[in-house]
Amino acid sequence: MDVYLPIANLSVNALVIIGLGGLVGILSGMFGVGGGFLTTPLLIFYGIPPTVAAASASTQVTGSSVSGVIAHSRRNGVDYQMGGVLVVGGIFGTLAGAGVFRVLQQLGQIDTVINIVYVLLLGSIGGLMARESLASVRAMRRGETLPPKKRRHHPLVANLPLRWRFYRSGLYISPLAPLILGFVTGMLTILLGVGGGFVMVPAMLYLLGMGAQVVVGTSLFQILFVTLASTMVHSLTTKAVDIVLAVLLLIGSVTGAQIGARFAQKLPPEYLRLLLATLVLLVAARLAIGLGFRPAEIYTVELLK
Amino acid sequence: MRLARLIAAFFAALLLGGASEPVLVPEVSQRDIQIQYGFTGAELLLFGAIVYPGGTPPARDSDIVVILKGPPQSIILREKQQIAGIWLNAASTEFRSAPAYYAVASSRPIDKIVDKRTAAIYEFGLDNLQLSPAGTIDPAEQRRFLSGLVDLNRREGLYKQQEGSVEILEGVLYQARLSIPASVPTGTYTAETFLVRDGQVLAAAVREIEVRKFGFELFVATVAEYQPFAYGVCAVLISLLLGWIGGVIFRKI
Repeated sequence: MDVYLPIANLSVNALVIIGLGGLVGILSGMFGVGGGFLTTPLLIFYGIPPTVAAASASTQVTGSSVSGVIAHSRRNGVDYQMGGVLVVGGIFGTLAGAGVFRVLQQLGQIDTVINIVYVLLLGSIGGLMARESLASVRAMRRGETLPPKKRRHHPLVANLPLRWRFYRSGLYISPLAPLILGFVTGMLTILLGVGGGFVMVPAMLYLLGMGAQVVVGTSLFQILFVTLASTMVHSLTTKAVDIVLAVLLLIGSVTGAQIGARFAQKLPPEYLRLLLATLVLLVAARLAIGLGFRPAEIYTVELLK
Repeated sequence: MRLARLIAAFFAALLLGGASEPVLVPEVSQRDIQIQYGFTGAELLLFGAIVYPGGTPPARDSDIVVILKGPPQSIILREKQQIAGIWLNAASTEFRSAPAYYAVASSRPIDKIVDKRTAAIYEFGLDNLQLSPAGTIDPAEQRRFLSGLVDLNRREGLYKQQEGSVEILEGVLYQARLSIPASVPTGTYTAETFLVRDGQVLAAAVREIEVRKFGFELFVATVAEYQPFAYGVCAVLISLLLGWIGGVIFRKI
């Protein structure tokens, strides 16, 4: 079933894109991440221009985080105050990211930078997650329970001036910390088309020291608004949001997310984290290999307007 | 209608028969290509008649060259090189008028029909494209970039050279088939037909083909370009709605 994408200017097989969205949806439902870190590389691999892939993937992440935010807010799992600060940082991040995007595009280095940032991010976060989850899986096998980590924010965070009380997160820290965190993930959203959940969740846990019960909900809340801002920024600057592509991806991912959520209930969380870590590392390895190997196309064409 | 036009032109040419030069009466199977939801490319039939003064074709064979060309584009071509183990865009050049699409079909191999100079003048063949390069002037480098562009576009079906694919019937009717892939840009395309004998171009004629988006695809592309704010708001609303509906439906199951 061929469908013509009016912005990407090419025909794709609708079933392939829906299937791709479904696959990402299953993973995002299982692991509670947006899945943008998979969508963008897979779309590029399928032949969608990188800019259109990143822009449309961020639109898709908006849609796939809605139901999560609703579910978590019912359970009181969203710290709106913290989320608000993150969103403000995130919106500034998307604007700054758009500027960086344009400069890199003019230099012709946007693709390489996207790839390198992906490799570094996924490699380091995947590595950290793998280490942590391997430790807990081993402990579980031996029937021990790891001593619960003392929840503390990072000393760097503690040194920032101006402190606010974040009641739901159980924190008394400077709002500058989440503001900076939001800014960084906002930039990632524009550049990579990712929601940033896989950066945000570990940072909230280990840098800010937020309570685990509000981490996922608050991160989804931030992702919802920042990907929304990112879609707007892309629409106004790169004009690369392909609405047909986003809808096809969403049809798949919304369905897949529900299936994934059901899988997740059947697996122990330690194994889930290990699986996610493996997946993240695999994507990072694939991209790293791609950087070093001679690419299929040596030449690329960019239109001048 | 088209046939009527062709026949009319044919007889008009016959009446003008006093002229000593042959005349081409070309036509294309589709003058308006509409890109819609299921568009996977189009196949064009370029055909027509060669009208000779006096009405009889000469004993010696003539050749036909057909060139279908897309709108010229200003492009930057970037070349990846391996630097410190990483492949990245290292060199680039600008072409001010690279056709978005270029296909040439001929009744015999081009180097058998005309000499190099004539081929260059009429841009017969992929080796003879005039792309108005800007920036680097070094001819060796220009050739490298040019062959890189041609190779890339050839594999994407945007550039093609089909020598020997033009059929000539009874020395007066010719036809060629050229396909356009789905990824072509919109704009005005030209179908040029050349009649060649003894290395000389005796007659040439042009038809224009309009490639445009149509219906929903045109609407989406236009709104995205001219109403970017409204487009962004719509994209956001649609994704919110789909996400929300999905959550509601699956909670009930």
